[in-house]
Amino acid sequence: MTTTHDESPAPLVAVRDLRVAFKGTDVVRGVSLSVAPGECVAVVGESGSGKSVTARTLLGLAGPGAQVRASAFTIGGRDALAFGEREWRSLRGRFAGLVLQDALVSLDPLRTVGAEIGEVLATHDVVPRKWRRSRVLELLESAGVPEPEARAGQYPHELSGGLRQRVLIASALAAEPELIIADEPTTALDVTVQAQILRLLAARKAAGTALLLISHDLAVVGSIADRILVMREGRVVEQGPALDVLGAPAHPYTRALLAAVPSAASRGTRLTDGTPLTAGIPLTDGTPLTDGTPLTAGTPSTEGAGLPPHPAAPGQVVLAGSGLVRSFGSRRVVQDVSFTLRRGETLGIVGESGSGKTTVARLVMALLDPDHGEVALHGEPWSGLPERLRRPRRPTIQLISQNPLDSFDPRHTVARLIAEPLRLPRAERRARVLELLARVGLPPETAGRHPRELSGGQRQRVAIARAIGPAPTCWSATSPSPPWTSPCRRRCWTCWRSCGPSTAPRCCSSPTTLVSSTTSPTGCSS
Amino acid sequence: MTGRLAALARLGVVRRLGTGLAVLWAAATASYVALLIAPGDTVDILVGDGADTPEIRAAIIKEWGLDRPEIVQYLAYLWRLLHGDLGRSYQLQRGVGEVLATQIAPTVQLTLAAAATGVTLAVVIALATAGRGRAARGVASAAELVAVSVPPFLIGIVLLAVFSFTLGWFPVSGAQGPSALVLPALALGLPIAGVLGQVLRGGLERALEQPFAVTARARGLTERALVARHALRHALIPAVTLAGWFTGTLLGGAVITEALFGRPGLGRVAMEAVTGRDMPVVMAVVLLSALVYVTLSTLLDLAYRAIDPRIRG
Amino acid sequence: MPAPTSAPPVDALAGSVTRTRSRRAWRGPAAPAVLPLLLPGAFLLLLALAVAAPALLTGADPLAADPLAALAPPGPGHWLGSDHLGRDVLARVVYGARHSVSIGAAATALAVTAGVLLGLAAGLSPKWLDEALARAFDVLSTLPELLLALLVVAITGPGTGNVIFAIAVAQIPNYARVIRAQTFVVRRSGYVEQAVTFGRPRLAITAGHVLPNVLGPIPVLATIGIGQAVIAGSGLSFLGMGPQPPAAEWGAMLSEARNYLRVAWWEALFPGLAITLTVVCLTVAGRRLQRRFEGRTP
Repeated sequence: MTTTHDESPAPLVAVRDLRVAFKGTDVVRGVSLSVAPGECVAVVGESGSGKSVTARTLLGLAGPGAQVRASAFTIGGRDALAFGEREWRSLRGRFAGLVLQDALVSLDPLRTVGAEIGEVLATHDVVPRKWRRSRVLELLESAGVPEPEARAGQYPHELSGGLRQRVLIASALAAEPELIIADEPTTALDVTVQAQILRLLAARKAAGTALLLISHDLAVVGSIADRILVMREGRVVEQGPALDVLGAPAHPYTRALLAAVPSAASRGTRLTDGTPLTAGIPLTDGTPLTDGTPLTAGTPSTEGAGLPPHPAAPGQVVLAGSGLVRSFGSRRVVQDVSFTLRRGETLGIVGESGSGKTTVARLVMALLDPDHGEVALHGEPWSGLPERLRRPRRPTIQLISQNPLDSFDPRHTVARLIAEPLRLPRAERRARVLELLARVGLPPETAGRHPRELSGGQRQRVAIARAIGPAPTCWSATSPSPPWTSPCRRRCWTCWRSCGPSTAPRCCSSPTTLVSSTTSPTGCSS
Repeated sequence: MTGRLAALARLGVVRRLGTGLAVLWAAATASYVALLIAPGDTVDILVGDGADTPEIRAAIIKEWGLDRPEIVQYLAYLWRLLHGDLGRSYQLQRGVGEVLATQIAPTVQLTLAAAATGVTLAVVIALATAGRGRAARGVASAAELVAVSVPPFLIGIVLLAVFSFTLGWFPVSGAQGPSALVLPALALGLPIAGVLGQVLRGGLERALEQPFAVTARARGLTERALVARHALRHALIPAVTLAGWFTGTLLGGAVITEALFGRPGLGRVAMEAVTGRDMPVVMAVVLLSALVYVTLSTLLDLAYRAIDPRIRG
Repeated sequence: MPAPTSAPPVDALAGSVTRTRSRRAWRGPAAPAVLPLLLPGAFLLLLALAVAAPALLTGADPLAADPLAALAPPGPGHWLGSDHLGRDVLARVVYGARHSVSIGAAATALAVTAGVLLGLAAGLSPKWLDEALARAFDVLSTLPELLLALLVVAITGPGTGNVIFAIAVAQIPNYARVIRAQTFVVRRSGYVEQAVTFGRPRLAITAGHVLPNVLGPIPVLATIGIGQAVIAGSGLSFLGMGPQPPAAEWGAMLSEARNYLRVAWWEALFPGLAITLTVVCLTVAGRRLQRRFEGRTP
């Protein structure tokens, strides 16, 4: 069960029937896995599936208050069940290195990156003190960090996301461990940088380091993993060689995860042309996923085989931007951006973080006025007007924010949030709120709850319900599917599409959603 | 690169000094305004309870320029301050600067000793209890709660009752020798230890939950090394922002502690000046405490910059 | 913009209710298990009773001196003993609540009102006015609270009203700064921006979103602030600036009692205990409020 390669040498790590509980609640419920030397094993699952806890437990870092049990647990040929803190310490960094998600917080922000890497060398006495610095520079260089001399003296916040992640990897590799455990090593990064980091990890693997890769994204692990384990709710639901799992998934959940990844085939599919992105693929095997809501419940338009095609006939121009320029201080964030958006179209604005997408969205929403150029809404001037004149027209253009929780008043219930943009007499409000909740597929009892009590996906639906409430003719959404795990993201997309007969420009940094959503992509660079 | 950073840091220092001077100017102005808006004749207030003769009144009018327009008086006052002339106390018949100079040493001793006591206790308690079991933290936080809830003079009274009257270990009052400093320093330092201990422990615990702490543990660091090399710096950042509170507690507490323990010092001077309505001395004490505040918070701000690279430049 | 930062003690004691809530900021120590939930509440009720109707708690007159019974130890007749003038300590502690607690509460009410108004004014004003007000808060908080209070008393003279005024003046900048910072956070928040995109009028947004969210931390800060004001008030009284003798005030009682420490510990112990318990209970209550406040942030 645990090892598929009979001929493989003794595994670096092997654990059988691992169970981890916090305060009596099992988070990991009987996971068995092993990693052989030089092998790359990927553990895939949604957030909350227990994959991160599993990975950290392998280093004895499950966290305070965790109860760890297993029927067998060996690491480096030694029995880890008998380990004390001292034995664990001697292994950490030396035998196995850990790479976490976001290097901005995973590296000590108050120390230079050189000091962080040097710390590994010092802790395990890898090289004599006098060679430490040159070794740090070598490590930075081999992790693909240019100008290591200069970088070593810098702090994490002074480096780009990709460089930081390289530094983090360099520090995990410093003591030349046989195993690297990487927990979502590319999740916080832009696509292009993701690919670079994956190449770096693949190069280490080629050099003989074993890799345990934790990710929510099958697309990420597909290119590099030898074997894949799919985890859900603390259990392994499917495992096998990468090609088998990706090519012929046996478990419905794996299929759901896979379906959420835009494959080469679905890339370039237009969201608006009615191609059934979701049609016919059972998202769940009848049981709800993380947020407890089956996709189809209450979303009338997604029931049945496909989505009704949007009114595709290009109508009149709803939104037009011409020659938009906006600077903050001396930094020009948006430079000469123009676009037009007709009725029924969806426009994706793509770019890496910092490219000015969000600023464009704020210009469109008239939350900012452009320095030059103008935005026209329904053929009439929109940017630069006095707020007094804009206010009555505001309901026709709605914003769905990147982070829904931010856009909710923390004191308000869902009902009050959804009612806020509605200009209805009190008596009619309640019915309308319930109707809107039903349209986005949320049960009526959600109305009385606080958004903090909801899952990320449910919050996003509330945000959508809020935005469709005033029946706008135009939407603006900034990254409506941030890096949540795929099925969750996908549910939101479906929900979004089913509710959106109108026009939606969106700014999005996530390529998978973007590619499948873009009709006429507009490049956006600063 | 480093040259530019250094230049930026210098800029920060320059700006910091500018802010400090502005605060001093504002404190001087505020106490001057307080003098003007005080009910009653300004000459009466400046004389206070001192000997009131026509000659003294004439001297006051001349010194403060009370026969000239108010703006001129104010500018003249600032001009005198710039030259280090703090005016004259008519009750003590001495220059204010002289009065403060003779009394400053015991107060400096007291506040330094109290600051050292408070900070040391806070660090020791925080290090000993951060992330420990419920019992240790419960005891420590209960102790801290009491330390911040008891007025400093009550701590002093309890210390006196136990260590001086009952055990007879330390003198009841006076400023002779180091043993006379122990109880006042404790009385003044304990509330500081209480607040600072809470802040430091909170900071340590928060730092130890951060992802970088997981990374550091994954490198094989011991918990002790993790605290010493990583967490403590993070815990110091919120503590540094308490600079104003820290100064205020020390200076304000010194007034009460000196009164309670019968120690000489600026606190006592301030008290006597307030009860005797000796305005020139009160104004000088206010200025002096603003100066201490500005100095201390500038130093702490620089320390903050040294600790946290994210806010440099 | 390195302003002189003097984090107010109320703020420090309360933890950071005022910062962005997503951050799991320091929450203050866990309420000690030694003080069960009900005790602080019960004590605060008793205190309220002592302020409102002290005669219900003691039959003795706090001002009635009886030189023959001076410095009598606790026992029947004088449950908590008598002081150096033979006055009943229990009666003086009970009646003292009226002075001590009302000084703290009144000063806090005054400081909160002025602080909220000034903080809001700064937070909602154009930049130049905001800057000017912020500098003014900085300067005020430059002066140690007690020295500022002494400056005020030096001008106004001793007395209950003047002490209240002095403490309030000294604490205004604490609240004003918190409110100003909070206003900034709320004004730039996503939900205010979203309300703008709904086309809601400015006034409606200020009343519906900004004000309620800005005032959020006030109950917590004020509860803890009363405790700190009680300490400050008793400190001033201890120095002889507060209610004048023979009025029973806890700080003043302690000031007199310290001369008799060697012979009559009870004369100092009970008023001291009263202050300490009051402040502890207010602080614990404030932290409980805060935890409920933060409880909405999982």
